[in-house]
Amino acid sequence: MTEVSTDGGLSEATLAELRQIAARYPQPRSGLLPMLHLVQATQGRVTSEGIEACAEILDISTADVSGVATFYTMYKRRPVGDYHVGVCTNTLCAVMGGDAIFERLKEHLDVGNDETTDDGRITLEHIECNAACDYAPVMMVNWEFMDNMTPESARQLVDDLREGTEVRSTRGPRIATWREVERVLAGFPDDRVDEGPAAGPASLVGLEVARRRGWTAPSTETAGAVGSPADSATEAAEQADTSRAESETKQESDTEQQKGGQDD
Amino acid sequence: MADTLTPVLTADWAEKQSWKLATYERAGGYRALDKALSMAPDDIIAAVKDSGLRGRGGAGFPTGMKWGFIPQDNPNPKYLVVNADESEPGTCKDIPLMMASPHTLVEGVIISSFAIRANQAFIYIRGEVVHVIRRVQAAVAEAYAAGHLGRDIHGSGYDLEVIVHAGAGAYICGEETALLEGLEGRRGQPRLRPPFPAVAGLYASPTVINNVESIASVPSIIGNGAEWFASMGTEKSKGFGIFSLSGHVANPGQYEAPLGTTLRTLIDLAGGVRNGHELKFWTPGGSSTPILTAEHLDVPLDFEAVGAAGSMLGTRALQIFDETTCVVRAVLRWTEFYKHESCGKCTPCREGTYWLVQVLTKLENGTGAEGDLEVLLDQCDNILGRAFCALGDGATGPITSSIAYFREEYLEHLSNHGCPFDPAASTLFAAEGAGR
Ligand SMILES: Cc1cc2nc3c(=O)[nH]c(=O)nc-3n(C[C@H](O)[C@H](O)[C@H](O)COP(=O)(O)O)c2cc1C
Ligand code: SF4
Ligand code: FES
Repeated sequence: MTEVSTDGGLSEATLAELRQIAARYPQPRSGLLPMLHLVQATQGRVTSEGIEACAEILDISTADVSGVATFYTMYKRRPVGDYHVGVCTNTLCAVMGGDAIFERLKEHLDVGNDETTDDGRITLEHIECNAACDYAPVMMVNWEFMDNMTPESARQLVDDLREGTEVRSTRGPRIATWREVERVLAGFPDDRVDEGPAAGPASLVGLEVARRRGWTAPSTETAGAVGSPADSATEAAEQADTSRAESETKQESDTEQQKGGQDD
Repeated sequence: MADTLTPVLTADWAEKQSWKLATYERAGGYRALDKALSMAPDDIIAAVKDSGLRGRGGAGFPTGMKWGFIPQDNPNPKYLVVNADESEPGTCKDIPLMMASPHTLVEGVIISSFAIRANQAFIYIRGEVVHVIRRVQAAVAEAYAAGHLGRDIHGSGYDLEVIVHAGAGAYICGEETALLEGLEGRRGQPRLRPPFPAVAGLYASPTVINNVESIASVPSIIGNGAEWFASMGTEKSKGFGIFSLSGHVANPGQYEAPLGTTLRTLIDLAGGVRNGHELKFWTPGGSSTPILTAEHLDVPLDFEAVGAAGSMLGTRALQIFDETTCVVRAVLRWTEFYKHESCGKCTPCREGTYWLVQVLTKLENGTGAEGDLEVLLDQCDNILGRAFCALGDGATGPITSSIAYFREEYLEHLSNHGCPFDPAASTLFAAEGAGR
């Protein structure tokens, strides 16, 4: 399965896979993010050897690769444990209990943020919103969802992970190791896709209310007349209410003008 | 009038193995694609324009119009890039969509790419959701095997390749030009515009970037017609959208409704605010949208009305906080997020978010002074409209709005020499005895 070598050179097989990633894209450099994921899968972190290999394959400088590796938070220069345990402490989760969970785990594991337990099993990190706020407080183990956690269930979870008890995501598969998961992120799927549910309970609450009350989208026959969608960029700008929309709308109308210019 | 809830994108999420091609096709999946392939690409663009669909990624720009900006006389290849970076705090709709119904997105990608005449599309998914990435990878593989992707799709002569690309942890890569940088293997820093992505996007070629939910809405528009879509929603905000309720409500989760519904309606459907508590403040569309309060319960949740109420519809990420929540703590935490995620490219945001955290921290722990509120507002003033991208602007939203609605609470932290709230009371497990 996953080839696991710690520091030291990359194997020929890994180099071949790195080249394979680069070849997926119209321009090889687009492969850099997944390539760095593969480096982590085989090396347990972003190593100097990994950086050099990426640079050589993409024909860019090692400084370029390092610059990318340091920009994105999922890339780690220090070895990561078998299980990366993330606790969401962005506002919504923090308020719902994420702060208490994170404190409890730091104490229980005797580690600080972004540190690994002495046995090399667990790396603890507080993470930002992981798009699961309806399941707050949320934890991620190797980037699999652990929904609706409490300090007590979090403690149990890390104990199970350390003891090697099989752990399942509350909304996903059996938890693989961090390196195995990094390989999936590099674009080499494993066999866990059909494990876990289609959706967790919170994802379905609205659908269930609608079914109970007999609410549906209109049938195609009963659709009414079309209203007045904006038909020029300026009108769209007038309709847009957000500063984000305004800046992007301005962009688009400028584009329209530019394009107009080209067409003439 | 459409029903109160209108499940379309969420309609099949409860089906067994809803993520499989067989399940999707049994429910009529990939029939819209057949219809689309029999249409002229410009007619698809016209249909999406007529539907009134506006971008579901936060800005609300009309999708069909965006597609129309692609210069078809440009000799370079055209690209479609799906923005599946979903990282705006509070936003949690695209991730469950891709987990439960990845084929809805894939079918949307094919129709949209055909419309803009792209033969290569990318789905850029944030890296921190591996199971979602598995499901989309598998859906794309199934679609290739079934002839929905690849060469000569459905015998139409149209070719399309799709690459599923995992990000690596950076909120800023949700900003469309930063996303393109990430997709080109670079640091995710926004690009100067012009040139705009429609003219010079990925690999300096014409590129459409759309949110997951925008693209996933396309098959239903083509399948059921623009009029059907436009029969839902309000005059200028057409159609349905997924509203994500989180926080202090009895049943948080995803509620798909016509645009223009209200928070009062949605909270009612969600079983009310947490038992024994009342609404204090909420975000209509993620942390970058100024907070609102109980006085805004009846504001129609569409682009116009939320704007008129002083905020933005954003991504319909309705984060609900009850009276146990300290607004200063909430705002400080969001501000720390913006500071952490600032890409560092421009000074107002890089330096400004640093100073915002400094001042807010002093206010939160009671060591600041009343004048710090004016300092904060002044700092926000120096960021808003001066930052290189909308991340900087977004950082000011929670601060200015919270000071407008809760100035007294900031001052209480000073007179109390610290936060007057008990954080344990806000937790989900408050009844469990705070678990400490
Ligand atoms: C800081 C920042 C983060 C963003 N994050 C996302 C995101 O995660 N997903 C998304 O679709 N749009 C995001 N956007 C908006 C995109 O720039 C862009 O407007 C959107 O993807 C366009 O798609 P749409 O027209 O279909 O909404 C973000 C914008 C900014 C400024
Ligand atoms: S506003 Fe912030 S995130 Fe945007 S370019 Fe400037 S520093 Fe980067
Ligand atoms: S705030 Fe924790 S998942 Fe969104």
